[in-house]
Amino acid sequence: MDTVIHTDKLTKRFGDFIAANEITFDVYRGEIFGFLGANGAGKTTAMRMLCGLSKPSSGTATIAGFDIYKQTEEIKKNIGYMSQKFSLYEDLTILENIRFFGGIYGLSDKQLKEKSEQLIGTLGMECEAKKMVGALPLGWKQKLSFSVAILHEPKIVFLDEPTGGVDPVTRRQFWDLIYEAADSGITVFVTTHYMDEAEYCNRISMMVDGEIRALDTPAKLKQEYAVTSMDEVFYRLARGAKRSE
Amino acid sequence: MNNTSTFIKKEFLHVFRDRKTLLMLFGLPIVQIILFGFALTNEITNAKIVVCDYAKDDASQQIIGKLQASQQFDIQRILLNHKQIETAFKDAEIKMAVVFPANFNSDLLHQHKAQVQLITDASDPNTATAISGYANQIVMDYQNELMQLQRVPYQINTEVRMLYNPELKAAVNFVPGVMSLILLLVCVLMTSVAIVKEKETGTMEVLLVSPFSPFLIIVSKAMPYLALSLINLTIILLLSVLVLGMPINGSILLLYAVSTLFIITALSLGLLISNRTASQQSAMLISLMGMLVPSILFTGFMFPLENMPYPLQLVSHIIPAKWYYIIVKSVMVKGLGFSAIWKETLVLLTMTMLLLVVNIKTFKIRLT
Repeated sequence: MDTVIHTDKLTKRFGDFIAANEITFDVYRGEIFGFLGANGAGKTTAMRMLCGLSKPSSGTATIAGFDIYKQTEEIKKNIGYMSQKFSLYEDLTILENIRFFGGIYGLSDKQLKEKSEQLIGTLGMECEAKKMVGALPLGWKQKLSFSVAILHEPKIVFLDEPTGGVDPVTRRQFWDLIYEAADSGITVFVTTHYMDEAEYCNRISMMVDGEIRALDTPAKLKQEYAVTSMDEVFYRLARGAKRSE
Repeated sequence: MNNTSTFIKKEFLHVFRDRKTLLMLFGLPIVQIILFGFALTNEITNAKIVVCDYAKDDASQQIIGKLQASQQFDIQRILLNHKQIETAFKDAEIKMAVVFPANFNSDLLHQHKAQVQLITDASDPNTATAISGYANQIVMDYQNELMQLQRVPYQINTEVRMLYNPELKAAVNFVPGVMSLILLLVCVLMTSVAIVKEKETGTMEVLLVSPFSPFLIIVSKAMPYLALSLINLTIILLLSVLVLGMPINGSILLLYAVSTLFIITALSLGLLISNRTASQQSAMLISLMGMLVPSILFTGFMFPLENMPYPLQLVSHIIPAKWYYIIVKSVMVKGLGFSAIWKETLVLLTMTMLLLVVNIKTFKIRLT
């Protein structure tokens, strides 16, 4: 199996506080990798390091085969990112947003035209293509946001709590998009608080107090802790946490 | 009743927890009272003047002595030649030149009538009027003393010449002032708010993850405001020429060049603010209170800087709008070329460079 994310003792300190402590894991190509943890466990810090938004204090990592310290530009070209906050421009139309984000990833005019037509077709947003994004319902925005994040066909896409505040039906549809992306070979790295979503992942890791305490498939984790749901796995692991927000 | 007091208590807690606002609430009146009380007087003291004395006789020497002794004037130099006057106005911050004709005393003694010429820099009409008034008063005092002493109806006339702005148009003063303030407001406020908005909505994070360079993100964001400001500048200039009848005496090209520099200075200031703030409100508040108000006070078009206490004059040096205001007046009103404004331009350029360096450093820090 191809390894697309490899970290070795990746650590981030803020003064005396160790936000992420010697994190070591591998993520394989085409995998949906769930990154779980209670609030304040260090998920966001770890993810920010992997995306190049934050420099690690120590440890090493490669993303899509590129070194996290030396080849940040290469990494940026090969990843997509969807932030926790809804992050498209509300005062631009759907089409303008697609063109802008495609443009900053260096897609050509021809590619942009093809891609945007295809994307709008898949999402069934033909009638709304020229509407301001701000006027769309939240579920639509999130689906659009995800599609924009993988527009440039990245090797890995990082999703930071992508389905916050969305109803269960839309969430299900959102996960259909994630599966599609994974089938096409894009590795999905997703943080979430919803345990039903954790079940959808191929493998999940659990962060507690800045460390990875568990890493396996949902089925094996349930077996290991002798429980029937991911909810209980999460509760068992997070219960002992010293840190919480 | 009890509910209401619970509510009021909560509101007080909000106010006390917000230390910055509290500080501003009490800090502002203190700063403003001190500023308006000490700095912002329209009274003129120690105005720099030069004297050109062709007469070198008793009468002229006595009037020069009186000018020197007065609190209002500070004689910088005694010139030998009329031609030196114009260079004195250009080179130094001279407010007035007093010219005694060659036969001043003899005219006075024989014809009982003599003339003194007062040349003032009327690119600041209020100061020019006030200064020539003071000088006139001193000359009149001397005339009256002579009359009482010798009981002869001597008459000394003052001929006032308003240099650069003979009609004493107020526009000459406020158009450059308005230019400085509008450009500052548009660039600082709009850029800082625009960038902080991207931080607030989370799009900045997405941009930073993309391969697009952070430096170019900032440049792209500043572009519309640079363009808008140049259009704004054109509107102001057209209005002042067509409606206010205030001609552009110097090179338009030079005016646009230095204005572009000032716009870049203001844009970098906006950037600095946006780097340090997290919300649109605080960016707006800092832009208005921290930039606009000091610029109004310390630019020199509302309150003459010369009259401020020395420490406040030092403060005025760090206000970019002050330097731009001097440049605009020199080019637009006095019709001077680059040789007259290179110092001010250099100051603006240095400020811009410093701001940009600080910006690049802090922007990098934010990324780690």
